[in-house]
Amino acid sequence: MSMNNVGRPTRPETANDAATGHETLTGGRGLLQDEALIFELDGWNKTGVDLPEAAAPSDDLAGLLRSGPIGLPGLSEPEAVRHYVRLSQKNHAIDLALYPLGSCTMKHNPRLNEKMARLPGFSDIHPLQPQSTVQGALQLMDRLAHWLKTLTGMPAVALTPKAGAHGEMCGMLAIRAAHEANGQGHRKTVLAPTSAHGTNPATAAFVGYTVVEIAQTEDGRVDMADLESKLGDHVAAIMVTNPNTCGLFERDVVEIARLTHAAGAYFYCDGANFNAIVGRVRPGDLGVDAMHINLHKTFSTPHGGGGPGAGPVVLSEALAPFAPTPWLVHGHDGFALVEHAGEEGAETAFGRMSAFHGQMGMYVRAYAYMLSHGADGLRQVAEDAVLNANYIKARLKDVMSPAFPDGPCMHEALFDDSWLEGTGVTTLDFAKAMIDEGFHPMTMYFPLVVHGAMLIEPTETESKQELDRFIEALRLLAGAAKTGDTERFKGAPFHAPLRRLDETLAARKPRLRWKPVAAAPLAAE
Amino acid sequence: MRYLPLTPEDRVEMLGAIGVKSIDDLFIDVPASAQRSGTVDLPPHAGEIEVEREMAGLARRNRAAGEGPFFCGAGAYRHHVPATVDHIIQRSEFLTSYTPYQPEIAQGTLQVLFEFQSQVAALTGMEVANASLYDGSTGAAEAVMMAQRVTRRNKAVMSGGVHPHYVETIETLAHAAGVMTQAMAPAIDAEDAVIAAIDADTACVVVQTPNVFGTVTDVTKIAEAAQAAGALLIVVTTEAVSYGLLKSPGEMGADIAVAEGQSIGNGLNFGGPYVGLFACKEKFVRQMPGRLCGETVDADGRRGFVLTLSTREQHIRRDKATSNICTNSGLCALAFSIHMSLLGETGLRQLAALNHQKALALRDALKAVPGVEILTPRFFNEFAIKLPKDAAEVVETLAGHGVIAGVPFSRLDAGAGLDDVLLVAATETTLDIDITFFAKILTKAVAQ
Repeated sequence: MSMNNVGRPTRPETANDAATGHETLTGGRGLLQDEALIFELDGWNKTGVDLPEAAAPSDDLAGLLRSGPIGLPGLSEPEAVRHYVRLSQKNHAIDLALYPLGSCTMKHNPRLNEKMARLPGFSDIHPLQPQSTVQGALQLMDRLAHWLKTLTGMPAVALTPKAGAHGEMCGMLAIRAAHEANGQGHRKTVLAPTSAHGTNPATAAFVGYTVVEIAQTEDGRVDMADLESKLGDHVAAIMVTNPNTCGLFERDVVEIARLTHAAGAYFYCDGANFNAIVGRVRPGDLGVDAMHINLHKTFSTPHGGGGPGAGPVVLSEALAPFAPTPWLVHGHDGFALVEHAGEEGAETAFGRMSAFHGQMGMYVRAYAYMLSHGADGLRQVAEDAVLNANYIKARLKDVMSPAFPDGPCMHEALFDDSWLEGTGVTTLDFAKAMIDEGFHPMTMYFPLVVHGAMLIEPTETESKQELDRFIEALRLLAGAAKTGDTERFKGAPFHAPLRRLDETLAARKPRLRWKPVAAAPLAAE
Repeated sequence: MRYLPLTPEDRVEMLGAIGVKSIDDLFIDVPASAQRSGTVDLPPHAGEIEVEREMAGLARRNRAAGEGPFFCGAGAYRHHVPATVDHIIQRSEFLTSYTPYQPEIAQGTLQVLFEFQSQVAALTGMEVANASLYDGSTGAAEAVMMAQRVTRRNKAVMSGGVHPHYVETIETLAHAAGVMTQAMAPAIDAEDAVIAAIDADTACVVVQTPNVFGTVTDVTKIAEAAQAAGALLIVVTTEAVSYGLLKSPGEMGADIAVAEGQSIGNGLNFGGPYVGLFACKEKFVRQMPGRLCGETVDADGRRGFVLTLSTREQHIRRDKATSNICTNSGLCALAFSIHMSLLGETGLRQLAALNHQKALALRDALKAVPGVEILTPRFFNEFAIKLPKDAAEVVETLAGHGVIAGVPFSRLDAGAGLDDVLLVAATETTLDIDITFFAKILTKAVAQ
């Protein structure tokens, strides 16, 4: 044994078997801290802010004041910092490693964007202060709109939707308004492929439309014969994702648009995958009437553990007059907002998507990203995203089964689970084993058209070294699955902050908040 | 380009591994007519220095609230956010993670959501809360559509105190879903007027307290009337700090409570991103929109959290879902939750009392201005005043003197005939000298 001069060992002793699988006395695990809920830290009288004392409320409010306690715990500042830092360490993040969620586009989030969004001139302005005092903000919105219109080749954009699904709602409401204005209000059917995102049928149903599914061909595209047979005077719109959710470009997209328009319907394109073609292909050239753009996907605004997003919608000439308020105009004194449907210039606006002007904080980040990349960089973004996905597909095709082996994919590579047949390992098991290897799993069981789907989207911000590391991990796991090492998968994850969670129990006995009287611990059934 | 790690050599090697000659071979499925050979007509890439210069130029052309006297409210409020909040939300693990679909490696986000739901339920006095919606206005629209599902009725009655932009948002989204709306004309102190409009077709009644004019109302009687008729009461609040002082929606019998949560933890950001708070009675939970986080255990019996009751949601139920919402306001909910944890009950009550006190001081100062009339009978931190002139013009004049005086009601509803009404708000960030200066300049402006 090596010792320093005070007798402290400086080399680890040979591990003995008793040490493996060793349970700690407190349940703590090194850097990973077990952290109680804020409600369990006995902070009922604590606060982490210093505010001046206030006088008792005025008599006007007699009878309107709270009587009992609210039931909110407080934390001093050091306790709060520690609580949230401890929790943060239980999260995977794109800053930590590849996050290959197909269709979700987890790419690097530049910190310059965060810095810009925090300039007081953007972060500390009120949506309803005089427009003369926010000309820079309005100009930024105008420039963002210009970039979005130019990149998509579309004449108009509604900036305000707050996320992709909200953008879908906006686009479909514009379509509905256009039909009603043109005496076509009887059109109540929306066609969407079976592979569509769940938001598409959900949105169409909310707008009052009935969804009819379009079949898919063997090679993962819209079945043109089926589409043609289902189009007609009752169809209001088609909703097609392009590149689609199988990671493939709809080869017949121009014909899809032509047929749709010939039937008197509009073409709504789900733009979730715009990052695959940005700067290289303009949806306007494909015949699209409306398309939302997830700024948190293509334009790198952070996902934040589930939002906020932003979902501006580009619109064709036919739909532009129906866009919701507010929108920007160039007035004689600079920029101005048209704020209310029905007022001059907004006679045909279909309404309003939310209280204010949309997600300014996301506009600033997206615009900083656009300026950084420029026209040339954005084209390279699409090309590298597609290159990375095809590289993964090429290097895994001999050990896993690509759902559509022929021809290139776009920004994401789709595999099915046929290669796992007979191994006893499911797509879910495989995904959980990836967690042990340090990677976030890919999107699983989506799209629904592929059995046991595994949808891998690396994005353009992964280096070849990181891709190779990921590929090597998946090849090793595939080998383990095929050689009968099933325990590695069935029990996975072993090395995450928690083991596999009981989702059935959570849904059967919903416990959705902390309650003052401690309930008995939940036990697995 | 600094965000792209691949080198030209990498690209050549990777194309070789794929078995194609050029990147164009990977875009062969794109119709030739839509292939662009060159770049689009936009500027080329720029370094950090150039980008910062351009963005700073745009930012400088806006008058930030913190630069001087500032009295805007009407659904968005300037509060002090402790430095800790912004530090924590910029941690990589919170900022750059996705929706927690893999709970084993997302316990950080999930525990925060569980704590957030618990805080929102406590604040609103309701039994359950969801993991947030986009903002207060879209939350209000979701609440109306939820009431339609619960009651299987198709009419929503909205009081004249509901923020006009919320009314417009509700009308836009609820009409699309087949709900008829009956909105009362804007009224400063008449939330009770909705009672007369409740009938057998009424799915819900929407009231706001404090309302858009700042008026605080006990809505208990409205709750009783709505529920007696088989309708739900939806209580909207646009200033979440008011929960620290006033009776909660739950205490007054609300079925659904909706609020804009921006005031806590989140900046003004010119209107977004904000965070919608959404809470209801437990019996309606399966008709709720949006994500829900629930407690469970892992394979070793350790406590953990997962997204749950997802059979309500679009990714499972598709066209039968309770809402089409997918992305919510996760990071803003985190900011809310951190700020709320720092405040605690003690801090929140103190903050609320301080806001009310500042507003009383503002009222006293403005009451003394000749020609100005205070319209709101009882308020939290915001109230309406009547000016002897067009309020929008007065606001513009005062902006020229460095005072952002508030929100003219005509900005919210141009057709209400309330062009002389100005909404003014004060918060803990309002200084006494701001109030004095505002009153002084306003005195001159209305005298001219």
